[in-house]
Amino acid sequence: MSAPVLDVRNLSVSYLIGKQRAQAAADISFTLSAGERLGIVGESGSGKSTLALALMRLHKPPARIDAGEAWLGGTDMMRLEGEDLRRFRWSEISLVPQGAMNSLNPVMRIRRQLADAIEAHRRDWTRAQVQARVQEMLERVGLSPKVGDLYPHELSGGMKQRVCIALAVVLEPKLIIADEPTSALDVVVQRLVIQTLKDVQEQIGAALIMIGHDMGLMAQSVDRLAVMYAGRMVDIAPVRDFFHRPLHPYSQLLISSLPSPDETKPLTDIPGMQPSLFDLPGGCSFHPRCPLAKEPCRQTEPTFLPTGPGRGTACHVVRESLDEPH
Amino acid sequence: MNPTDNLLELAGIKVVFGHGKKRFVALDDVSITIETDRPKIVTIAGESGSGKTTLGRVALGLLPPSEGKVIYRGRELAAMSGEEHKVFRREIQAIFQDPFSVFNPFYTIDHLLRMPLKSFGIAKTREEADGLIAEALGRVGLRPEQVLGHYPHQLSGGQRQRIVVARSLMLRPKLIVADEPVSMIDASLRANILDRLRTLRDEFGISIIYITHDLATARQVSDEVHILYRGKDVESGDAASVIGSPRHAYTRLLMSSIPRPDPDIPWAGSIADRPTH
Repeated sequence: MSAPVLDVRNLSVSYLIGKQRAQAAADISFTLSAGERLGIVGESGSGKSTLALALMRLHKPPARIDAGEAWLGGTDMMRLEGEDLRRFRWSEISLVPQGAMNSLNPVMRIRRQLADAIEAHRRDWTRAQVQARVQEMLERVGLSPKVGDLYPHELSGGMKQRVCIALAVVLEPKLIIADEPTSALDVVVQRLVIQTLKDVQEQIGAALIMIGHDMGLMAQSVDRLAVMYAGRMVDIAPVRDFFHRPLHPYSQLLISSLPSPDETKPLTDIPGMQPSLFDLPGGCSFHPRCPLAKEPCRQTEPTFLPTGPGRGTACHVVRESLDEPH
Repeated sequence: MNPTDNLLELAGIKVVFGHGKKRFVALDDVSITIETDRPKIVTIAGESGSGKTTLGRVALGLLPPSEGKVIYRGRELAAMSGEEHKVFRREIQAIFQDPFSVFNPFYTIDHLLRMPLKSFGIAKTREEADGLIAEALGRVGLRPEQVLGHYPHQLSGGQRQRIVVARSLMLRPKLIVADEPVSMIDASLRANILDRLRTLRDEFGISIIYITHDLATARQVSDEVHILYRGKDVESGDAASVIGSPRHAYTRLLMSSIPRPDPDIPWAGSIADRPTH
């Protein structure tokens, strides 16, 4: 495997609420190769969007990056400030935001919005160059050039999401972060949008982080899948291993609680609720909901350890079973 | 009403928006019957713009159809007296998609639960109301002390959606129209909410119109399915057979577009045939 394009090391983000500090992303480390697609799943409040925003340095107070590094190419994004940050953002790392419905400017034509992003970063380009790139990007995401002359309200949800994808790749960044890119779309349109996102991401050779909670969609879209729970990354694995032989008990429950369209079976859910970040249970944060919890799980927080090629898991039970002689 | 009357009949419903060049047929000749003595869960499935929410609004009496009739217990909705309409409003309840925007943020949960009891004259005293509220909350798996006295923003999406279910339950409705009730809920809680819907059918004899684009959950909870496509009912029948062996090309496309949680079972059909690596 080639050298990683993204190297996140011990990234921690917290929110200060009142006098309490909630650790929304705790000690997150992972790497990503060029062209690789990583999925991050977790329940609402697990810290997945916090992580995405922090990587973009788009987090706002009361969120604060407490520690950590995020190297993209030769740059630690966590150390960038001011004009350097502005130049870096969007040309090297871009975002397909959650809810495309609300992320486009309603009073600006699509063509202008795409041109704006280019002009903010490529000041030496001629008008013809900018327009040519706008045209090319609309085509790449499967939209007719005529769409450039329309306003966002004239587009369907799927078309708006494709405009957002065009915006994200217009400067050919090294890394694209897609935060629940299809959460408001129906299955047929969702499939088209994901296919479009994968196609353009492959064409420009960017790495992709896709955030979401639809396990089925992840199975169809990414190369590796990571699971967050209560601000921690608890499991990461190549997508086939993840679905065929999930290790972390939470991952196993996430897979088995999926309703299947192909057969009728009793619905199962994961009992209990994610703990409040202000009041984490001692030991492993998942132990009150875990069917396999043992004594050590209540006592000490499990460390994140490698469990196979490209795999890592933070779980005492998994650790124990791997240590057992076969 | 006659004992032979159905609970709800949507007969030949057509809804047209606009006119002239902008005339848009949102629903075209859709019929659904829910019998009084056989409570069931009916799924209305289709993509965005297929007319499924419009059909829900017609069933709730929020939108009069351009053609066709809404008949509730033998009485046509359009011809109901004020008193009859009030009964209809109580016996048909709604659960909407977004549990974040259905509540007035300035009221506590107590107030939101007490108001319908008062306006429909269900509880005579405060104690009686408290009892009903506690019972309904218990039914949806919430402890009163978890939610009472709190404001909507202090609760999670799943808790809020369960409050909506509890609120409809207190009114002892005959029918609930649930429009995408779990699409904004975390996967781990979806099963819980859907299970509540099944309990409503089995224990209280409440029928449910379940509006969704998710055929996976539809298969798990419903008895009958109607697939809408551009306002037309293209395929309907028993849930297991429509979803299990779809005949219409559109139903097949919907089924093949559901992402299966297995990287070795890729999306079937034309767009997935393109090489991805």
